Amino acid sequence: MAKSSIKIRAKEKGGVVTLKTLITHPMESGLRKNKKTGKLIPAHFIEEVTCEANGKKVFVAEMSGGVSKNPYLSFKFTGAHKGDEVKLSWVDNQGGSDSATAKIR
Amino acid sequence: MKKQTVAALTAGLLIAGSALANHKATDSTPAEDLKLYRDYFMKKFPGVPLNEFQNGVYAIDKVSRDSWEAIEEFPPYEPMIEDGEEMWNTPFKNGKTYADCFPDGPAQRKNYPHWDAKRGMVVTLPMAVNECRVKNGEKPLKWAKGPITRILAYMAYESRGQKTNVVIPEGDAAALAAYNDGKSFYFARRGQLNFSCASCHVESAGQHIRADILSPALGQTTGWPVYRSKWGELGTLHRRFKGCNKQVRARPFKPQGRQYRNLEYFLTHMSNGIEFNGPSARK
Repeated sequence: MAKSSIKIRAKEKGGVVTLKTLITHPMESGLRKNKKTGKLIPAHFIEEVTCEANGKKVFVAEMSGGVSKNPYLSFKFTGAHKGDEVKLSWVDNQGGSDSATAKIR
Repeated sequence: MKKQTVAALTAGLLIAGSALANHKATDSTPAEDLKLYRDYFMKKFPGVPLNEFQNGVYAIDKVSRDSWEAIEEFPPYEPMIEDGEEMWNTPFKNGKTYADCFPDGPAQRKNYPHWDAKRGMVVTLPMAVNECRVKNGEKPLKWAKGPITRILAYMAYESRGQKTNVVIPEGDAAALAAYNDGKSFYFARRGQLNFSCASCHVESAGQHIRADILSPALGQTTGWPVYRSKWGELGTLHRRFKGCNKQVRARPFKPQGRQYRNLEYFLTHMSNGIEFNGPSARK
């Protein structure tokens, strides 16, 4: 099984779920140059991060090359409870994608 | 390398009430140095328990500690520990694994650095890792960053809680010379800015340098490899030595070369008794 680029920690307290995620991704802005060749390193960054809880979209983030390597996100939402499943997915500008699921604690 | 006068140690030892002008490295034993060093920092930062110095600047500054605690809640180095574990478990081309070189497991931090009497040199953990690789027909990894930091992060993580215990073997003149070499390096001024390690981390520990606060030297070796926000990735202790030397516009030395290994030997000894807590996150 290929290792996921997404780590999720989701906790519910008083009806509010706080979800924290650490995503492994180079997030190349496209403006950096290769020090040896002098050529621009092609842009490679996540464009959209989506989170679904119980099949319903609860969070969408649109990102650009301005976000640093290995983005960390933390957000809150209501409407889900302990034991429910959350699914986090991302799509990047080179057509890459990944998703992961976790249970709310 | 000539013995340097340790002028900075002079300034820092006002608690002893004695002027130690023109103090030479050989004028005090490692055990005496350790006591002086600890006493100096415990007095400079009252109320900070000895072991807490493992957290560097976050042991002495509340504001940056709050940010650091938030980062540690879901640390950026977590995926790298897992990468390191995968490296540890993946066999070399010849079928052997790191466990064959380290039969008692990845929790090796307490064993390094140490004086190898037979080879007449200080041996560090990254050295041992690469020697294991080469012994088994693999290419050695680069010293400062990249894949070596992954396996070091895993080994450091497994070693958390082990106490630093660097020994300078009694009666071994060559070991003592290496320790004193590291000590001289630490207190020697260098570079266009003419600072020694001690200028910042002993004399000025806790003070601001532009937007940063200088961490105390006590406990500085426990948390490696470190995920530095500035680097956006993990780096090794010798990478930081290089950076510090470059910052004062001094010529940096080679990672895992004699100078930095002896420096690590001295510096780690000065944190004896403090628990290892790598990998760690820093600004």
